[in-house]
Amino acid sequence: MNAAASLSMGLDDWVHDDFAVPDIRCAGCISKLENGLVNVPGIKSARVNFTEKSVRVDHAATMQLPQLVGAFLSLGFEAHPIDSSLNSDLDQSGKTLLRCLAVAGFAMMNIMLLSVSVWSGATGVTRDMFHWLSALIAMPAIAYSGRPFFTSAWKALRHGRTNMDVPITIGVLLATALSLYETATSGPHAYFDGAVMLLFFLLTGRYLDSMMRDRARHGVTALLKNMGTGAMVLDAQGKSGWVDSTDLQSGMVMLVAVGERLAADGLVMSGNSAADKSLLTGESKPEKLSPGDSVHAGTLNLDAPITVKVTAAGPDTMLADIARLMGEAAQSKSRYVRIADRAARLYAPAVHCLALLAFGGWMLAGAGVHQSLLIAVAVLIITCPCALGLAVPAAQVVTAGALMRSGILVKDGSAIERLSEIDMVFFDKTGTLTIGRPQPSNLDDIAEAEKPLLLGLAQASRHPLSKAIASNLEQQDIRPADITDIEEIPGLGVTASWHGKSLKLGKAENGAHIDGGDSLTTVFQVDGIETVLTFSDELRPDAHDALEGLHGMGLDALIISGDRAAAAAPVAKTLRLTARANMLPEDKLQLINSKQHSGKKVLMVGDGLNDGPALAAGHASMAPSSASDAGKNAADFVWMGSGLGSVVTAIRAARNTQKIVKQNFGLAIGYNIIAVPFALAGLVTPLIAAIAMSGSSLIVVANALRLRGSTK
Amino acid sequence: MNGLAILIPIALGLGLLGLAAFFWSLKNGQFDDPEGDARRIFMEDDEPCD
Repeated sequence: MNAAASLSMGLDDWVHDDFAVPDIRCAGCISKLENGLVNVPGIKSARVNFTEKSVRVDHAATMQLPQLVGAFLSLGFEAHPIDSSLNSDLDQSGKTLLRCLAVAGFAMMNIMLLSVSVWSGATGVTRDMFHWLSALIAMPAIAYSGRPFFTSAWKALRHGRTNMDVPITIGVLLATALSLYETATSGPHAYFDGAVMLLFFLLTGRYLDSMMRDRARHGVTALLKNMGTGAMVLDAQGKSGWVDSTDLQSGMVMLVAVGERLAADGLVMSGNSAADKSLLTGESKPEKLSPGDSVHAGTLNLDAPITVKVTAAGPDTMLADIARLMGEAAQSKSRYVRIADRAARLYAPAVHCLALLAFGGWMLAGAGVHQSLLIAVAVLIITCPCALGLAVPAAQVVTAGALMRSGILVKDGSAIERLSEIDMVFFDKTGTLTIGRPQPSNLDDIAEAEKPLLLGLAQASRHPLSKAIASNLEQQDIRPADITDIEEIPGLGVTASWHGKSLKLGKAENGAHIDGGDSLTTVFQVDGIETVLTFSDELRPDAHDALEGLHGMGLDALIISGDRAAAAAPVAKTLRLTARANMLPEDKLQLINSKQHSGKKVLMVGDGLNDGPALAAGHASMAPSSASDAGKNAADFVWMGSGLGSVVTAIRAARNTQKIVKQNFGLAIGYNIIAVPFALAGLVTPLIAAIAMSGSSLIVVANALRLRGSTK
Repeated sequence: MNGLAILIPIALGLGLLGLAAFFWSLKNGQFDDPEGDARRIFMEDDEPCD
């Protein structure tokens, strides 16, 4: 589509990389990116994937990550590299299911047409021929489309367990074998249509399930900002180059720019700055950094560029410790058995006993092996858990879609089930109950006439405090003034002039701290007249309402914070919650585990790296989209926007979903109670089986569709 | 009966053709970016973009 600018790059190899670009919103962005990127020397072509909000870039192997990200930035887009190898496996499984579904659909339609002729009265040779044709279509189709069920059933049986796929596999295989025998002996009834239709409906459920997972996964990938995956490293000659985080070694010297996160643990060598460790520890107040201080990977450098000597990298960092804790914590979650499988544990033996009883009963009644087997197979087909296989994923997919429209990403179906069961909520403080970014609290002290000047200054700087000022003023519909001579002095601030007046935004000149010690301040000067701006981390705007909503649902809430007690107490007081402060990642994990051992089911809501293990351990977990990568990866739900109300919305939707799922189970069981006696009595012909099966599937899907408004 | 001998293979063949077309389009990446494809038709890239 795009004219690949053929640049003569000599013998360079072309490689491709994927980038998540969350800001792709319109057709204009597509052409801007694709045409703009090919004009960058070293980039051969770029292809935007709008659905996944990602861009695949073919570039010269000599081009490094920062250069590529810079190319995106120059076009006005923020880009984050994606590790595409992680996704391809899962994409493949979704495509396999879709292929199986297509084959089953094709086979089902054709066999059904042939079956209709048989039911409308074809007899003798014609019927036999139609049966043979059906067999010819059904056998390869079942062998191809049934694989997901057969392999899963075999795996379960080999480990001495049973799951939903076991009765499905037995039912399909027995029905096919018997139908083949019927066909060979010119019998009147063949169940090929039933067997293939069963696979079709179940594959539909399976595919819906995988589609939901894929969609959420792509959404989360686009949110991951794994830019901490490397650093600019100074070599002995004083030249700098990009080194991937996996190749960082002790002793290397990293250049860390303002606004960058550290890729490894180390010691500050030069530069005076402040560090934001809130993602790492939950500590809300920036910490001063001066040469000789030790810093951890994941820390955000706030004030001025610093050089850091690496002391530990890769598996030795504090980050890696947290990752290891998370791995262990996640194991308990993987033991969760989904509701459909739990139902199948009761259902499968019951169905098999029933079929056996039918066989034995008719044998005793003197019906002969053939007749008895036919009835037993009819029982199996009628009771095959079509509704179970479709009812649960259909309901969950509809809910996941509704949640996504209101800005909540769901990782998978089991997350919805788990969320509906929780009876306690643990909140992290910094970044979860609060916004996590310092917000100016006294902007109104600035005269209206001077606000445009302040905005002009703030926009010129990339310092987090300046950004906070700029975004707040922009929200007040203020236009920046036309200021000139803008100069940013790292670590000190921005200066400029406007109509002969000198302007400054930055640290207080005499270095004296005017604040009480706990809050951040910066000074805005117009011609030497100072105004002190203070910043604080505000509560999310709807935190009160959200907590009231939780209370109304009968859920207890608790704050577990890594911050100091003095910082956690005011938040706890305003929200009237109990808080535990100074919690290390291990402490949070332990508290959740001990609660869960005593039978509680805990929802963990958190954002930081230090919440990672707790998020992984919680019965369910949620993270805001501003969370650390580790937090977003570990959480079951990720919500966009600044509101805490999403937590309440998600819990309510999950509970509604579970209600519908249970109704669907009720419908499925009710249908069995009516249909099974007919099957036992030997009255179920292939025609009745086909009608009953599609009828019950349609009913459960229609019931699931009622969830479309579940987030309102 | 003779009619069936012609019509059934034709019906099955057409069905298989559709199935093959679907497999091809899946493999060819036609479903990789449905939203983007919907928007690309509005882009004017007849003229060279340099």
